[in-house]
Amino acid sequence: MMEWLIGEVFAKYNYWVSIVLMLIGFYAMIAKGNLIKKIIGLNIFQTAIFLFFISLADIRGGTEPIVSEEIIHMGYVYVNPLPHVLILTAIVVAVATTAVALALVIRMYEEYGTMEEEEIIEKEREMGL
Amino acid sequence: MLIVTEHFPVLVIVISMLSAFTILIAGRWNKKTCLPISIATISVQLFMALFILNQVITRGTIHYRLGGWAPPWGIEYVIDAFNAYVLVIVLFICLLTAIYAKRSIEREQPHRIVPFYVVFQLLITGLCGITVTGDIFNLYVFLEIASLAAYALIAVAGRRALKASYNYVIMGSIGACFYLLGAGFLYAVTGSLNMADLSHLLPPLYENKVVQAAFVFFVVGMSIKMALFPLHIWQPDAYTYAPSAVTVIIAAAMSKVSIYAFIRVFFSVFTTEFIRIYVPIATAISWIAAIAIIVGSIIAIMQSNLKRMLAYSSVAQVGYIVLGVGLYSTQWGLYGALMHILNHALTKGCLFLVAGAIIYRYGLWNIHDFVGLGKKMPYTCAAFTIAALSMIGVPPSVGFITKLCLLAASLEAVEYAFVAVILASTLLNLVYFWRVIERMYFVKGEGEEEKEIRKDEAPMSMVLPALILGSLCIIVGILWLAGTETPLLPVVDHAVNALLGTGVVAAP
Repeated sequence: MMEWLIGEVFAKYNYWVSIVLMLIGFYAMIAKGNLIKKIIGLNIFQTAIFLFFISLADIRGGTEPIVSEEIIHMGYVYVNPLPHVLILTAIVVAVATTAVALALVIRMYEEYGTMEEEEIIEKEREMGL
Repeated sequence: MLIVTEHFPVLVIVISMLSAFTILIAGRWNKKTCLPISIATISVQLFMALFILNQVITRGTIHYRLGGWAPPWGIEYVIDAFNAYVLVIVLFICLLTAIYAKRSIEREQPHRIVPFYVVFQLLITGLCGITVTGDIFNLYVFLEIASLAAYALIAVAGRRALKASYNYVIMGSIGACFYLLGAGFLYAVTGSLNMADLSHLLPPLYENKVVQAAFVFFVVGMSIKMALFPLHIWQPDAYTYAPSAVTVIIAAAMSKVSIYAFIRVFFSVFTTEFIRIYVPIATAISWIAAIAIIVGSIIAIMQSNLKRMLAYSSVAQVGYIVLGVGLYSTQWGLYGALMHILNHALTKGCLFLVAGAIIYRYGLWNIHDFVGLGKKMPYTCAAFTIAALSMIGVPPSVGFITKLCLLAASLEAVEYAFVAVILASTLLNLVYFWRVIERMYFVKGEGEEEKEIRKDEAPMSMVLPALILGSLCIIVGILWLAGTETPLLPVVDHAVNALLGTGVVAAP
């Protein structure tokens, strides 16, 4: 048990952190009734995936990825830059998604005067739509 | 000239994006310039797509290196027969939608004409990007570009569309995140994001749990995006409350592209060997598809809103395509699936065009109010009837061919349950389309017998696209049945071969 804990949980804690964050975000997206809280859940979920990618790239003792003959010769290892670039793009996508979602919530608030999902459904029923 | 044609794979995306900004600037000066720019762009894109298709058939798969970077590091655009086929279908639907959107948007969203065309072009950019790319991360980015544009376009309608769009944002983002996570898993084990490269690097790693988990994430993520039952909950609301023109493009073009991405990952990143031995998922997804077909059809029967009925019918139709994918090991399975992509784009495009035209002219969306519509709008109702017959599967329409292929595949796989499902769903299709057609043509309204019903059609720019799609349903079917030498039919064969890696057109 202890060995498993040390080998699988503590040694790979970065993955566990992103799994836990992912599940928190996922739970918020599904279970919360408030539209803003759902968006917060979405952001936590996305950030967890970003952390997963970034921690994937890291190597203990790795240098910055400016590779020259000299550095390779001296036996340095360097951090993989590609996941960072990918996540830079993914962050832009996440920002855009959040912006669209927030804009929708603002419009819904203007329309229904509430941000609770259940109250919106109730109002829709009252309006006979 | 020679140099320009070489760059078509990337130009097909770039010009669409540039035209989005051109429309934004030109639209400030004069609103009337939006439509011509949009139509001109899509026409050029369609021409490029046809050129690419021709090149793929005559010279084999196109590999385009973006910025000249060699494949495993740079982004590569790979176009084989399947990409080119889907690209042509999507752009054709987009062109007809753009023509149709003119009157529809002027009526439904008079103050938002310029933004509509800008976002519309961005949506097409995303759709083309998904179709041509050969890089899984690039596919994710384009998937999100297309989805973000779709969220905005749906929400334009206001009121209930806002809620529908919001649900789509949440569900769609979960799907995209799952896809991204899958891509991350594959990158962690292989260090590559190029589809062709991955398909070479993965086979020794097939037993690896990470690879198998990545596959499951991909499948679930894409299932949300393409609204496969039971992950379809966002779809009926989104289709029902979106503006008419937007419904056409997301139902006919965007869902096809999501299915394209699903099939591409299924067969080109992973291989049939992986699906057969390591994650035997084919039977499971065939059964899910069978349930989707039946449940979607039954719920469609219970709807009184035409657009909602068609939306649930789409759930069933996605089931057909996935059923074909599940039966990939048979001779006709994947062929049927690819033919159904064409069939569904044509028929559902036509049906939603008609639904929008009826709303435009009479503001009717409840099927019970359609009494006598066959005389008031003869051409529109004719297009509807043809498309409905194709969807039911009456010969000689395309729908008949796809059902024939899927039946043949089910029989070959000795899965008689699927045969029963396909036959039962044909009956169910008949029931829900007959309800509409009966009211259009045969039910007489109260006290209307004496009164002469005046013909009052929707505008030409709305009826014509519907009629074109309707007649194509029949023309394609007849060409296939007659077995004439047309460029279309070998394309599907080539596409199947490219996916299963069996044919001559497979990547070298």
